[in-house]
Amino acid sequence: MPERIIVPFGPQHPVLPEPIHIDLVLEDEKVVEAIPSIGYIHRGLEQLVQKREYPEFVYVAERICGICSFIHSLCYCQGIEKIMEIEVPDRARYLRTIWSEYSRLHSHLLWLGLFADSMGFENLFMRSWRLREKVLDVLEDTTGGRVIQGTCKVGGVRRDIGQEKLDEIHRGLESFEEECRDLGHVFLNDTTVKNRLRGLGVLSKAEAYDLGAVGPTARASGVEMDHRETGYAAYGDLGFKPVIETAGDCYARCAVRLREVHASIDLVRRAIEEMPEGPIDVKVRGTPEGEYFSRAEQPRGEVVYYLRGDGTKNLSRARIRTPTLTNIPSLVKMLPGVQLADVPVVVLSIDPCISCTER
Amino acid sequence: MAFLKRSPWILHYDASSCNGCDIEVLACLTPLYDVERFGIINTGNPKHADILLITGGVNEQNRQVVKNLYEQMPEPRVVVAVGICAASGGIFRECYNIVGGVDRVIPVDVYVPGCAARPEQIIDGVVKALSILEEKRAKMKVMEQHSEEAGETA
Repeated sequence: MPERIIVPFGPQHPVLPEPIHIDLVLEDEKVVEAIPSIGYIHRGLEQLVQKREYPEFVYVAERICGICSFIHSLCYCQGIEKIMEIEVPDRARYLRTIWSEYSRLHSHLLWLGLFADSMGFENLFMRSWRLREKVLDVLEDTTGGRVIQGTCKVGGVRRDIGQEKLDEIHRGLESFEEECRDLGHVFLNDTTVKNRLRGLGVLSKAEAYDLGAVGPTARASGVEMDHRETGYAAYGDLGFKPVIETAGDCYARCAVRLREVHASIDLVRRAIEEMPEGPIDVKVRGTPEGEYFSRAEQPRGEVVYYLRGDGTKNLSRARIRTPTLTNIPSLVKMLPGVQLADVPVVVLSIDPCISCTER
Repeated sequence: MAFLKRSPWILHYDASSCNGCDIEVLACLTPLYDVERFGIINTGNPKHADILLITGGVNEQNRQVVKNLYEQMPEPRVVVAVGICAASGGIFRECYNIVGGVDRVIPVDVYVPGCAARPEQIIDGVVKALSILEEKRAKMKVMEQHSEEAGETA
C-alpha cells in the first residue's frame, strides 16, 4: 500500500477569495479522504437579533453574505411578514423577484469566472467577470449598491423602479442574453473544458438526496428540487420550472448554472412585462409574536430562516441554515478518488460560500 | 499614477468579512477596472507580496492566520484595511467572536471605508499605499546606509 500523506488546503489560498481549510489525505496523487474544518469567518450573527430591533436586523441579514445578500434579506423579511401577518403589495413582490434574479445572475457569473480560474482558463474568467459588471450596473442603477442592495424591508421594498427604467432594463436583456449564450458556448463546447470536467467529482442522485445536497449541486445530479417552485415572492405568478441535469459531475453542475442564467433572464423579462401598478410597501405596526420557518432559493440552494418573536422589539431567536453548509457533506463525498490537481475544480463546483456557512 | 515605478504585488486575505468587499477586490482585477495593466497582481504567496489587502473584522480563529501572513511578508510592506469591518468591526462589532478591526492585530497603514467598499475606493487606497511603500523603502535605505557607515568606522 502506498504511503499516505496529508496536504493542508487553506485557509489562505489563491483559488477562493475566502478561507476554508481542508485536510486532504493522499495516496500518491490521489485523494482518499477529505477532512474539512471551518470557523474562519464565524462572527456570531445569530445572537445579534437580541441587540438589534427586528426591522434593523434586515441589514445584518444582508451582510451574512455579500454575494447573495438580497435573497438573505428577502428570506428574513418574508419570515417576519408571515409572523406578523402582513400582506405585501403586488408591485413589491415583483420588484423583489427582479432583484432576486439579478442577484442570481451576478452570483452565477461570478461563479463561472472563478470556476474558469480554478481550471486555469484565465481568459474565460475575465470574460465572465466583464459580463457580470453589466448585471452590477443594473443593480447599482436601481438600488444604489453594487453588491449590497439594502432595498428590502419588512412590509415591502424601499425603492421603486420607474417604467422608463424598466423598459431600459428590458431592452438591455437582449444583448446581455446573446453575450451569455456566447460565454456558455465556450464552457459547454470547448474541448479543454470538457476534458477537464467530464466525469469529475461524480455525485449520484441517491447520494445527493441522502447527503441533503441543495441547489445546483442537487439539480445537477437529477434531484428535482428548487424552492422557487413553491411560489414565494412573484414566482407563483410567473410560472417556473427547475433546471435539471443528470450526470452529477462538474460538467453537469456547470451546465445547470449556465442554463439557470437563461432561466433568470426569462424570469426578469416576464416580471417586467407583468409588473403590476400600485404601492411598494405597507405600514408595519406592532412587534412579531410567534415563530416561522422561512425558506428561499439562493444561487447556491435553499436557505432556511427560523425566526421566533416574543412580542418585544427584538426577536428571541434566529437560526439560519445556509446552502453551502448542507453541500459540504456532498463535497466530502466527491473528493475521494480525484487527483490533487483537480481538487480546486471540485471544491469550486459546489460554489462554496464560506461567509454564509459560518455566519 | 505618475509615481508608479515598480509593480506592486497584492496579497488578499478575507479575515471574516461578508464577501462583499472581497468580490470587489477581485472586481478591481477584472476588465472594467483592470489594475493588472499597472503591473498590480494578486498573488497567493505572502512572500511575493508588497501590499496586504485585508477585509473583515478578524475573528478569534483568524487572528493568528493574519499575524502569520503579515510576518511572512518581506519588508517594506503596507497593510490596507478594506471596508468598514476591517476598520472598526462595522456592523459585526458587537458580535461575540469579532476582535473588531484589523489594527487590533497588526499595524494598518491605509483605511478604505465603505460597506461594501467600491472598486474605485479600493484602487484609491492601493494608490495611497504605494506612496507609503515608497516612503518606507526610502527610510529603509537610509537605515542601511547608516548601519554600513557605522560598520566602516568600527
